[in-house]
Amino acid sequence: MKLGLRVSHLVKTYNGNEVLKDCSFSFAHPGIYVLTGANGCGKSTFLRICSLLEAPDIGEVIYLDERDTVLHDISLQRRITLVLPKIGLFNTTVFKNISYGLCVRGIKGKEAADRVERVLEFVGLGHKKEQNARTLSSGEAQRVGIARALVIEPDILFLDEPTASIDRKNTEIIETIIHQLKQDNSSVIVMTTHDQAQAQRLADFRMAMTDGKISAS
Amino acid sequence: MDSIIESFSRALYLILHLDRELLGIIVLSLRVSGTALLAATLIGLPFSALLGFKKFPLRGLIISMLNTFMGLPPVVVGLFVYLLLSRSGPFGFLALLYTPTAMIIAQTILAFPIVASLSHSAIVSVDPIIRQASMTLGATPFQISLNVISEARYGIMSAVMAGFGRVMAEVGAILIVGGNIAGFTRVMTTTIALETDKGNFELALALGIILLSISLLINAALHSIQRKGMVANR
Repeated sequence: MKLGLRVSHLVKTYNGNEVLKDCSFSFAHPGIYVLTGANGCGKSTFLRICSLLEAPDIGEVIYLDERDTVLHDISLQRRITLVLPKIGLFNTTVFKNISYGLCVRGIKGKEAADRVERVLEFVGLGHKKEQNARTLSSGEAQRVGIARALVIEPDILFLDEPTASIDRKNTEIIETIIHQLKQDNSSVIVMTTHDQAQAQRLADFRMAMTDGKISAS
Repeated sequence: MDSIIESFSRALYLILHLDRELLGIIVLSLRVSGTALLAATLIGLPFSALLGFKKFPLRGLIISMLNTFMGLPPVVVGLFVYLLLSRSGPFGFLALLYTPTAMIIAQTILAFPIVASLSHSAIVSVDPIIRQASMTLGATPFQISLNVISEARYGIMSAVMAGFGRVMAEVGAILIVGGNIAGFTRVMTTTIALETDKGNFELALALGIILLSISLLINAALHSIQRKGMVANR
């Protein structure tokens, strides 16, 4: 186990609307955690807070390395990553999109190129590396988003609705990718979905969100 | 009518047989406006980034002022720079009045609000998701800002081109601070004004055609940059 995560008593309010109400959970084992719940119930907010993109109003996000608490600094941020539902691809080639995470870490040249090539093959987009990422289909864009996250080999990977707006074929491809990740990886993967059947197929641990609270199910 | 056609044919003759003096005028125009644009970009781009990324008091007022100054009348800028650089002015000791440097200063002041304001618009209109995506991929705040600027690059290029269009076509400011001295501060627009006054239409027309051609080239480049940006933004 590389990095552990525990969140306790999270509360988050947007415009007077309490989205998370006393949310606690512990990601203590490696594997795939799937969080299900209705649209707008706070799944994304939970993921954004866990991945340090946003701060909770009340509550704590505690990252643990072995038993030590890890400071919320840039080096922690570089050990985790979140694939946003709308991805946010940069207006450049697929290759440069994927190498971005390596580039900001100062990894360049042949090592970066090799790692990018590997994940590109892994998500089945090796033939698209010189294409502008903004011209991809939504399914391919989602795969680039996943590749962009995988290339930095995160200890914890958060996937926010990775198959929400894409066709069946790409959904199958992405599910296969997640399955494979599970097999060759000892990391924590946390994903949200509103598709119960998908949760059933992928999850090692299932979580459900109702009324701003999380329960293991 | 005949005289216009005749003027045109003589103007074309002048363009085809560019003499040293004419060439000097064109080169000086490009040098003055190019340097002014470079200076305006070097100051304006970081300034627009600061406005786009940092929140500080009076930010809104500065943005409104920049937008207002995009329409600064060149003669007013000329007058202002003249007062600063004239013998009795605060910078009179530099002896810059009636030199190309004075012209560059005036044109920098004219181009700066255009480059800064349009670049700022380009930067703030980048989808916020780009910033978030950079953050999730481990970028530092500075790296995030660089990435947002890179995403705004087509808009920023348009801003720079718009600034260039403005200073190349401008005559009021450089006439006042440059003095239109032959062989020293005489550029295309000031020559056109002078030669038209003298009734020497062929030379004025020849320079007008060259100036228009340069504007046309700039606009064509601008258009193709924007189209490239739009294709990628579908």
